[in-house]
Amino acid sequence: MADTVAHAHSAHPPGFAHQFEDIEQQREASTLGMWVFLVTEILFFGGMFASYTIYRSLHLPAFETGSRLLEVKFGAINTAVLICSSLTMVLAIRAAQVGKGKAQIAFYLILTMILGATFLGLKLRFEWYHDYIEHIVPGFGFEYRPEWGSLAPQVQMFMCFYFFMTGLHALHMVAGIGVLSVLTIMAARNRFSAEYYAPLDISGLYWHFVDIVWIFLFPLLYLIGGRYAIGGGH
Amino acid sequence: MIPIQPPAASSIADGVDKLYYFLTGITLFFTVLIFSIIFYFMVKYHRQSEDERAPETHTSLLLELSWTIIPSLICVVIFVWASDLYVRNARPPAASTEIFVIGKQWMWHIQHPEGPREIDELHVPVGVPVKLTMTSQDVIHDFYIPAFRVKKDVLPGRYTSLWFQPTETGTFHLFCAQFCGTSHSQMIGWVYVMSPDDYTAWLAGGEASESMAQQGERLFNHYTCGYCHVADGTGRAPSLVGIYGKPEKLASGEMRVVDEALIRQALMFPNSVPLSGFAPIMPTFQGQFTEEQILQLIAYVKSLGSEERTNGK
Amino acid sequence: MSTALADIHEVPAESRVNYLNAAYGIKSWLLTVDHKRIGLLYLASITLMFFVGGTAAVLMRMNLIEPQGALLEPETYNKMFSTHGIIMVFFFLVPSIPATLGNFLIPIMIGARDVAFPKLNLMSWYLFITGSTFALYAVLTGGVDTGWTFYTPYSSTYAHTNVIAAALGVFIAGFSSILTGLNFVVTIHKMRAPGMTWFRLPLFIWAMYATSVIFVLGTPVIAVTLLLLGVERLLHVGIFDPAIGGDPLLFQHLFWFYSHPAVYIMILPGMGVISELITAFTRKKIFGYTFVAFSSMGIAVISFVVWGHHMFVTGQSVYAGLVFSVLSFLVAIPSAIKVFNWTATLYRGSISYQAPMLYALGFMGLFTMGGLTGLFLASLAVDVHLNGTYFIVAHFHYIMVGGAVMAYLGGIHYWWPKITGRLYPDLWARFAALVIFVGFNLTFFPQFMLGYLGMPRRYAIYPAEFQVLNVMSSAGASILGVGYLIPLVYLIWSVRYGPPAGPNPWGAKGLEWETPSPPPTENFEVPPVVTEDAYNYPTREVARG
Repeated sequence: MADTVAHAHSAHPPGFAHQFEDIEQQREASTLGMWVFLVTEILFFGGMFASYTIYRSLHLPAFETGSRLLEVKFGAINTAVLICSSLTMVLAIRAAQVGKGKAQIAFYLILTMILGATFLGLKLRFEWYHDYIEHIVPGFGFEYRPEWGSLAPQVQMFMCFYFFMTGLHALHMVAGIGVLSVLTIMAARNRFSAEYYAPLDISGLYWHFVDIVWIFLFPLLYLIGGRYAIGGGH
Repeated sequence: MIPIQPPAASSIADGVDKLYYFLTGITLFFTVLIFSIIFYFMVKYHRQSEDERAPETHTSLLLELSWTIIPSLICVVIFVWASDLYVRNARPPAASTEIFVIGKQWMWHIQHPEGPREIDELHVPVGVPVKLTMTSQDVIHDFYIPAFRVKKDVLPGRYTSLWFQPTETGTFHLFCAQFCGTSHSQMIGWVYVMSPDDYTAWLAGGEASESMAQQGERLFNHYTCGYCHVADGTGRAPSLVGIYGKPEKLASGEMRVVDEALIRQALMFPNSVPLSGFAPIMPTFQGQFTEEQILQLIAYVKSLGSEERTNGK
Repeated sequence: MSTALADIHEVPAESRVNYLNAAYGIKSWLLTVDHKRIGLLYLASITLMFFVGGTAAVLMRMNLIEPQGALLEPETYNKMFSTHGIIMVFFFLVPSIPATLGNFLIPIMIGARDVAFPKLNLMSWYLFITGSTFALYAVLTGGVDTGWTFYTPYSSTYAHTNVIAAALGVFIAGFSSILTGLNFVVTIHKMRAPGMTWFRLPLFIWAMYATSVIFVLGTPVIAVTLLLLGVERLLHVGIFDPAIGGDPLLFQHLFWFYSHPAVYIMILPGMGVISELITAFTRKKIFGYTFVAFSSMGIAVISFVVWGHHMFVTGQSVYAGLVFSVLSFLVAIPSAIKVFNWTATLYRGSISYQAPMLYALGFMGLFTMGGLTGLFLASLAVDVHLNGTYFIVAHFHYIMVGGAVMAYLGGIHYWWPKITGRLYPDLWARFAALVIFVGFNLTFFPQFMLGYLGMPRRYAIYPAEFQVLNVMSSAGASILGVGYLIPLVYLIWSVRYGPPAGPNPWGAKGLEWETPSPPPTENFEVPPVVTEDAYNYPTREVARG
């Protein structure tokens, strides 16, 4: 029995966890684990999307008014930034997959982080800070504007959903950047190879998921104001 | 002797009780059945020795299907019976006496259209259907009269309703059945069911008070609603004569019946329900009226008749 | 099954290396990644929470001896029922079987060395502890009085108690559940021993798998709901405030979307335990294995579409009521199938009555009654009368206490020798089971009657005509309380003074009985290979005719 253990040990690459029988089982389990986790995230964001949908159908004029308060330009730039970051993430995984070496893996990971940080930076400085000084952050000096009329309380509710949903999304981005920095350190220490890059793969899944959530958030929050309606908006 | 049911004092109580006893019978039957079988098997198949073995377990699709299908059929019977009762009890008869209820922490305000008001007490005539229209001033409450087998949540910002027809005179419990804070268990009262004559006398007795519609008219005039809602339809806002109970087209194209809920919504969130052909310029009266005053205004609008309107848009 | 069974002599636990003595010291426990030790960490924490929640119940029932309240001001009573509900639901029942027995047994029963993600498992426990700390803080520094249901707008705008701390505690503990569920799903999918196909799995594993699916899908929704509640309470933005267009009923829909499946989280593991106990103490293959396995999955799926039956009297449309009613009847059928299959397993079995079996048999009867009273509540016309009354309280306590807690105790007793390597005194255990059974029924049966008579729940003060039944219920509660204390005493005693248990004191089938008691850290000295179905007890010939 001791023989089998020793033999098995020498055959296992670094990063092997001993509750598993072999590296293949570990990879399958980790991948399934990440998918299950993403399902929980879908349900988590799903609760918010459901609430948003219900209130939007109840208060459409107010939600449209609120949507027009948002900075579509920066929302669009951020959408492009995130899509690019998903590309760089895939390139990092690809680099590992074809054995390109730690420099290239780390390069793409760092690029992904920079894009993620760009997303957060643009959002914080040009959207949230701007909203704050315009007094449209609920709970932080929110001021009703006369042109909203009696829709004002529901416009505030829209902004509430905006900050809640994009805030939670941003938190997930921050966590993602944290994970990426750990991966970068691992890459720098030459932990990844063509045989073992599962952590990159799995983290990529998470990163793409966060990107996809944004793809849903952007149109639902920024584009419902009828600014670009055919025949002219309001 | 410990009672097993409250008084059956409404037209639906017996029906509900019958179903309840049927369900009790089913429950007791299957519980006793399972316990008996268990007990019987425990005795009959008690292990006699440590190396005793049981015979092979055979599957039986027939048994599995039987004990799936038979309980399903029982469930179908119960569902149909209960739903039928429920659907029939859901709609109040057309000629119901209407009474209004406002729940607030921690008391029930009851308002009769003829004017009398009560706190934690509800006087009603026997043998006549009564419809309660209810709202809350603060949190969610629940209006529960066990003797009538009726209950409905009372919600802030909207109206819920229930109806009953008392079948015997007497005094019956009224409870709040949705936790609403510190004195939830003290938000209780009494329902007094009286003969129709006694009820009429009770309504007329006490201090003379204006009817709800009259109080509503006073509010209507005080807030100069008639400035826009001109009765002959020439104003900026629709005439309210005969509008109650009629389906009207909203600016969005949707058809809505003008009921308590729509009038309340128009007062609170006017821009959400402009009528077709009218500009959305009505100001909101959020925070201006108590729930009682809103009900009085509604009573006034109702009193403006529901016959065909003869003029206006 | 091939194991090293032949190599295991009846050696006292102390002189053989097992998971308990492999390492000593507090760090070896607080930083363990061994699923068995983590199971014990949970056992200690949830036992503490059980007694906190139980104390609240004792105070409540003592207060209800008198119509005007014998002990507590209404405000304090309201805090007691809220504490009781929050602690018992989120910090005892939801984790009880999954986090203790599930953690300990799942890897062993499938022939694995540990769960898929042992460090995540430890993190789950720390999340549970963090959540419990917030909850206890909320309780001890002023309390919370919204009920475990946190209905708005009372909880979001009007309550003056520690709503946010309590909600935060539940929120954090929710992540403990989610990660545990995730771990179990992956473990069961990917780490079964060679030969352990899906349909050779013990039914406890099927039940835990179904439970884990609910953990994963349902818990995130209540997490986001409590987050919305916290935002509303802190920033007063009015998501649930009708004065500015919010909808208090939206909270109820979101809340019950999780909390109804949650009740199946609380009962499915118990049903899994019962399947194990019935087979072990009749020494027979279960009747209808496939039906029992699929009924667990069926319950998990249907549980997600019945939440509206908690809202029949909220002014919901008649159509919505009809839909939720028919689905609620549907969800009862798989549970009935289980009860009938368990009963059929007893037929011609070789039955013994040690304490775990007594708990299992008690479960079968009490769960039947509790489940059938659910039909009263699925029946629209009757639910109108019964909603918000003591009938509901009795219904769910029959299932949660008469069902889940009894299954939990049965499982703890059954696997105690495996977990500790010691036998407990079975005579005391049977006595306690009897006391619990009697105390339970005396506590909760009168509550069905109180409900139909019209006594609402969550009442600190009640009309005098309800006193007799209330006193009966409180008397039962005191007996029940004593009943729960007895196992605490002899189980702890047995750890030190109980006779050593061999690998299989019950003569039962299952991979967990083919490894020493207590097991070694890696569970099996030689990883097992499975060659037979579950519960493959030797049989005898039966004379034909």
